[in-house]
Amino acid sequence: MSRMRALMAVMCWATAASAASLNLQSPATPMAEQEYQLHTLLLVVTGVIFLAVLGAMLFAIVFHRKSAGHAARQFHDNTVVEIAWTLIPFLILVAIAIPATRTVLAQKRTQDEDLTIKVTGYQWKWRYDYLEQGFGFVSHLATPRNDPSAVNRPNYLLEVDRPLVVPTGKKIRLLLTATDVIHSWWVPALGVKQDAIPGFFRDTWFLIERPGTYRGQCSELCGKDHAYMPIVVVAEPPAEYERWVAAQKQAALAEADNPDKVWTLAELEKRGAQVYSQNCVACHQANGQGIPGNFPALAGSPITTHNKPAHIDIVLNGSKRNPTMPAWGKQLSDTEIAAVITYERNAWGNNTGEWVQPGEIRAARAGKQ
Amino acid sequence: MAAEEAHLAHHGYPHGWKRWLTATNHKDIGTLYLWFSLAMFFSGGVFALCIRAELYRPGALLFPSQQFNEFSTLHGLIMIFGAIMPAFTGLMNWMVPLMIGAPDMAFARMNNWSFWLLPPAALLLLASLAVPGGAAAGGWTLYAPLSTQMGMGMDMTIFAIHMMGISSIMGAINIIVTVLNLRAPGMTLMKMPMFAWTSLITAFLLIAVMPVLAGAVTMVLMDRHFGTHFFNAAGGGDPILYQHVFWFFGHPEVYIMALPAFGIVSQVIPSFSRKPLFGYQSMVYATASIAILSFMVWAHHMFATGLPATVQLFFMYSTMLIAVPTGVKVFNWIATMWQGAMTFESPMLFSIGFILLFTIGGLSGVTLSVAALDIQLHGSYYVVAHFHYVLVAGALFSLFAAIYYWFPKMTGKMHNERLAKIHFWWSFVWFNMTFFPMHFLGLAGMPRRIPDYSIQFTFFNSVASVGAFCFGLGQLLFLYNILTSLRHGKPAPARPWEGANTLEWTVPSPAPYHSFVEAPRVGVIENGVIESVDGGKHG
Repeated sequence: MSRMRALMAVMCWATAASAASLNLQSPATPMAEQEYQLHTLLLVVTGVIFLAVLGAMLFAIVFHRKSAGHAARQFHDNTVVEIAWTLIPFLILVAIAIPATRTVLAQKRTQDEDLTIKVTGYQWKWRYDYLEQGFGFVSHLATPRNDPSAVNRPNYLLEVDRPLVVPTGKKIRLLLTATDVIHSWWVPALGVKQDAIPGFFRDTWFLIERPGTYRGQCSELCGKDHAYMPIVVVAEPPAEYERWVAAQKQAALAEADNPDKVWTLAELEKRGAQVYSQNCVACHQANGQGIPGNFPALAGSPITTHNKPAHIDIVLNGSKRNPTMPAWGKQLSDTEIAAVITYERNAWGNNTGEWVQPGEIRAARAGKQ
Repeated sequence: MAAEEAHLAHHGYPHGWKRWLTATNHKDIGTLYLWFSLAMFFSGGVFALCIRAELYRPGALLFPSQQFNEFSTLHGLIMIFGAIMPAFTGLMNWMVPLMIGAPDMAFARMNNWSFWLLPPAALLLLASLAVPGGAAAGGWTLYAPLSTQMGMGMDMTIFAIHMMGISSIMGAINIIVTVLNLRAPGMTLMKMPMFAWTSLITAFLLIAVMPVLAGAVTMVLMDRHFGTHFFNAAGGGDPILYQHVFWFFGHPEVYIMALPAFGIVSQVIPSFSRKPLFGYQSMVYATASIAILSFMVWAHHMFATGLPATVQLFFMYSTMLIAVPTGVKVFNWIATMWQGAMTFESPMLFSIGFILLFTIGGLSGVTLSVAALDIQLHGSYYVVAHFHYVLVAGALFSLFAAIYYWFPKMTGKMHNERLAKIHFWWSFVWFNMTFFPMHFLGLAGMPRRIPDYSIQFTFFNSVASVGAFCFGLGQLLFLYNILTSLRHGKPAPARPWEGANTLEWTVPSPAPYHSFVEAPRVGVIENGVIESVDGGKHG
């Protein structure tokens, strides 16, 4: 039985080992291809140097050891040798610098784009705005967080609810920024990594030749859920991309809520649960208990059970005491905020039976300004 | 031991706990530093093992992600500021006066103060785990504006850094004045041991950059509490400013942890090759050029922030350039071994391991210096692999070499050489098993500082975790060796290593409490190699 289990463990490792990659991901853009080749060049050059160093050391260790009867020769300093081992590495570096410079300049050539997409990093999700087409959406992690069996999903932690869709064969320029802390947008197969810096714009570009799905992650530590804001890019042929854009525009119109609509409690709670799971659950947790010491509980808190104006204020404008609680008024619509507040006031035994209409949020915003 | 105690009592020196609290003797303070750093090495190691345990396989296993970030932050801060830097300062305290024929460090009372600032700083760091909001969780780099978000643990970290910075600056002033003013007649600058040289140059680096770090974290503190906006764009600040200031400290800091290692290896390799260091003068110049260049490469940590092309290119070239003097050092060590009569005692084993693995770290550094390629590798596990090759196989291995090399001189006892050799081979194997696979993880696209990962990264993470636990366990061997040898080690002769010929080996083992109370006149060839000693008295 135990032998069986050992065998299974070995097989698990063997499968894992065969799936493990030893090199950069296979490039999907000309830029990633250049980076791949640069890496190969560096690997060969540094590998040869390492083997030379290792070889010389091993030779000395084997033949110039006291136990092999070798007597030390007391030589030191040799100008010719010293100039050689200064000059030769220098020349090798110059040889590496030439193609490296070419690639750096190419990476920085962001003009002549066919399409510009604004990318905004949030704790802990990405927003994509198609500036010319006039629509945008937020892309969240799609892997369920509280389900241990999720590790069996093929793209565990690398799947999103709404991917960034781009046309193939077009130069895409990304304009990156962030709202809270620094994030970094990294998709290895595209050869792109660019920090998203709050308050500043940086740009980068890529051109995907083949349709496909490319996955990446935030690569700058951005707080608690840094590991849980993946990036998925789907490249489609231009015709299919155009169809997708048209559908997005229509959906955006349909999704826009009528701000004067009066919602029922059940409608608000249903919508609010969805908003909560996309925006609040990371800190305040699915059970509303938060994480003691870090993130306050919402279940049974005075703000969520009694003081409604304070509840609206903290969601809309953020917390004055705790900078981790952002001002959601900048990110969410009146309807979404009304729904999530309603949800919080009725979930986890809060059961106030109270609801908030979008109009109240609009009024609160107006009062603030 | 009893005789020594009686001797101290006779002179009216403090003994018992007062001897340590009010210590002004460079050997006592050196010992304090070394024990402190050993304690920090093991606590930092526990954090490392927590990290590796969480990463053993995908899935949320042991710690919430915020806590994981606290562990990785504390691991970095404690290993750098608690383990490696104080260990080198301790060795410098112990050995530099002995190697240059000085009676003590120049400022004995300041020396006491620079040590005793460290334990409270370490307590602040460790205690921050228990305060509301937990310890700092922004990585050891404490990048703003993430570091303006945290709870009071971040403030405690900032104060700890202030204290450790003050400690380092005072220690550095002491080293500089000691080396420049207290050398015995005949021990000229261009003849003194490489370890004294690297200590001197490291001290200048410390004085230059620790205030810069203090400035960076003070600006974070002010942004957090006093309404300033250094790093807040909404108030006219710039988050990237923090990174410029931090890495202006941070890159020289890398060499603060590497140069003393170069010094140690430059003493050990000639000793066990029974040959002079191949190019002493070029080693001195190479060390100085590395130090100067280290101020001009900082933005290579920031290629992914989107610097302008000209800036990317400047920092790429300057970073590549630093490989030249580093290469000169490696070639020098090999040329020193070449045609020698080598023996492989534990200090030599660790030094050879150092050269081999530091070369790997240096070469992956060249790969990272290529800005265009760094775009792929920055923020990935490749970087984690790279700097652990530099700092574990580099700084830590050199520290083991130094401890085994000087243990007989410090304690008057021989350590268990068999255990020390096992310690080396054990560490060498498991170190590589832990950190080599991280190159592959980084290349494949695994970001650093994440508590959970996608399934294609499973295999190498499991390998690394197994390696890390074995590596960590092996360090208990070192502790055991030190502790038992202190009690039961065979008495050490003044010169336990046949080829060791610098000044410290001319004094008895253990080194007398007050050595060189009267300066000797020494005849020195290069690298502190002693030809003759006239006069000189020990207390």
